Amino acid sequence: MSAWNDPPGGFHPVSTPDYLPRPQLLAIQLQRLQSTVARAYDRVPLFRSRMEDRKLSPASIRSLADIGKLPFTVKADLRDTYPFGLFASPMEEIVRLHASSGTTGKPIVVAYTQSDLDVWTEVMVRSFAACGIHRGDVVQNAYGYGLFTGGLGMHYGGEALGATVIPISGGNTERQLMVMQDFGVTALCCTPSYFLYLLESAKEMKIDFSRLRVGVFGAEPWSEAMRDRIQAESGIRAHDIYGLSEIIGPGVGIECSHQHGLHVFEDHFYPEIIDPDTGEVLPDGGEGELVLTTLSKQAMPMIRYRTRDVTSIMAEPCECGRTLRRIRRIGRRSDDMLIIRGVNVFPSQVETALLRVEGTLPHYQIVLTREKGLDQMEVKVEVTPEVFSDEIRKLEALQQQLESTIENILGLRVKVTLVQPRSLPRSEGKARRVSDLRNV
Amino acid sequence: MKLQQLSLFLENRPGQLRAPCEALGKAGIDLLTMTLADTTQFGILRFIVADPERARKVLEAEGMIVSVTEVVPIQVENKPGGLAAVLGAIEAAGLGVEYMYDFAARATPDKAAIIFRFEDPDRALEALKAAGVRILTSEELLGR
Repeated sequence: MSAWNDPPGGFHPVSTPDYLPRPQLLAIQLQRLQSTVARAYDRVPLFRSRMEDRKLSPASIRSLADIGKLPFTVKADLRDTYPFGLFASPMEEIVRLHASSGTTGKPIVVAYTQSDLDVWTEVMVRSFAACGIHRGDVVQNAYGYGLFTGGLGMHYGGEALGATVIPISGGNTERQLMVMQDFGVTALCCTPSYFLYLLESAKEMKIDFSRLRVGVFGAEPWSEAMRDRIQAESGIRAHDIYGLSEIIGPGVGIECSHQHGLHVFEDHFYPEIIDPDTGEVLPDGGEGELVLTTLSKQAMPMIRYRTRDVTSIMAEPCECGRTLRRIRRIGRRSDDMLIIRGVNVFPSQVETALLRVEGTLPHYQIVLTREKGLDQMEVKVEVTPEVFSDEIRKLEALQQQLESTIENILGLRVKVTLVQPRSLPRSEGKARRVSDLRNV
Repeated sequence: MKLQQLSLFLENRPGQLRAPCEALGKAGIDLLTMTLADTTQFGILRFIVADPERARKVLEAEGMIVSVTEVVPIQVENKPGGLAAVLGAIEAAGLGVEYMYDFAARATPDKAAIIFRFEDPDRALEALKAAGVRILTSEELLGR
């Protein structure tokens, strides 16, 4: 094991499942899969009817390979059953709700029983431990606290580990840097792009962050090149963390000290890779869409949830000694969803807003850039004869109305720019809807 | 009488003003007067030509969005206080001015022509005539 990472004297006791012999892990997975399927079948009408359509019952799951018989779950299922349709526990047993933006303005709601929160905290503790964070570390948590799962997920994981957590939440860069310096922060949780911005500002403000040792970065796509830059410029170790609200939040997978793929906490989440077009399960190593099944969730079991994240499974053992298989860093998605400052955005949501304001759909383009470490979204909208007015104030009112309508649907502040007709790029008759200039 | 003014939407970036002017030039259409209203993001070019219908077709063929707005050309004495006198009459008539600009190709040296856009051009025309304000005809203005 790397001296850099895991604390001297071995790993944190809670990390024990990370090192289970594979046969033992597989036995746990099968037993938990069977009870999860039974729970979903008994308590969630959607899962039950879909299984019945395929003449399946919980007894059909005799081996882990049988998971391939089960129907997929997609994001639209959460939207269609909004708000509580997929819950498998009565409200008396649900102790927390979180929500993230959906495709149509209504958010997607996820629920946790106390035991679900305990699992979440456990996988976060194991995540932090894999990053080499331990008791005595001072953890600055700059993920947003609130409906977003990032803030609270990291928070309780850090406390349970025994580290000192600073719940500073997002924003206010000067205060972030002051706290980092004055409180002797050794570990930081935020988006990687925000860290780059903090780094720049720290240099300008001559902030001493030499005690900072580890970054736990996620909630947006980033590249190996960006990690190299972060580590070279700051001297810290930058770890990629993976998760999604539909499954639990952050803590589905984490990079260990070897920083080569993310270990998936397979005792709680069962990963598969499928061909996104045919739904066929691909062998380990094949690149495709990540599908996750929760193995211990009570309030909201997820059966074969299509994440739309494209990756592959690395089955070969990791030098760190963990027996958990890894997934490669997520590079792209199999749908058109964009992740902007941790918020899920679909171009169709922007279309909904444009239609609502203008009555017809104008040509538009979404332009993504990164300024001061934060993703910025601009929507360029071509002016049409129907909306063009000779009066400046009417055009300005139109622009403001577009901005507020998009913000209402997305939950994200965007800039709307009116542009001349026929000025936006079109390819093969279809407009290029998204221009991503974030250089990740 | 009322005049037809053409308005164009322009993005606030280099080259945007040249394109429509060039298109009109190629079609042999003379810009009699024009004004540019701008914000930080975009601009509106407003202009008057002798044959607005033809100019509109030329610009629309170039993919531009053109709107036609009715404006009122008013004669103003070309001396200190000349414009104030007209504005006094407009105010007395309770008319709202959206915007105004000078008509560049003026016919006579001692008289200026100012183009006014009113909220309600018809009511403005009536009220101004009643107040004795001199409204120009297109023949006077365009020299036809």
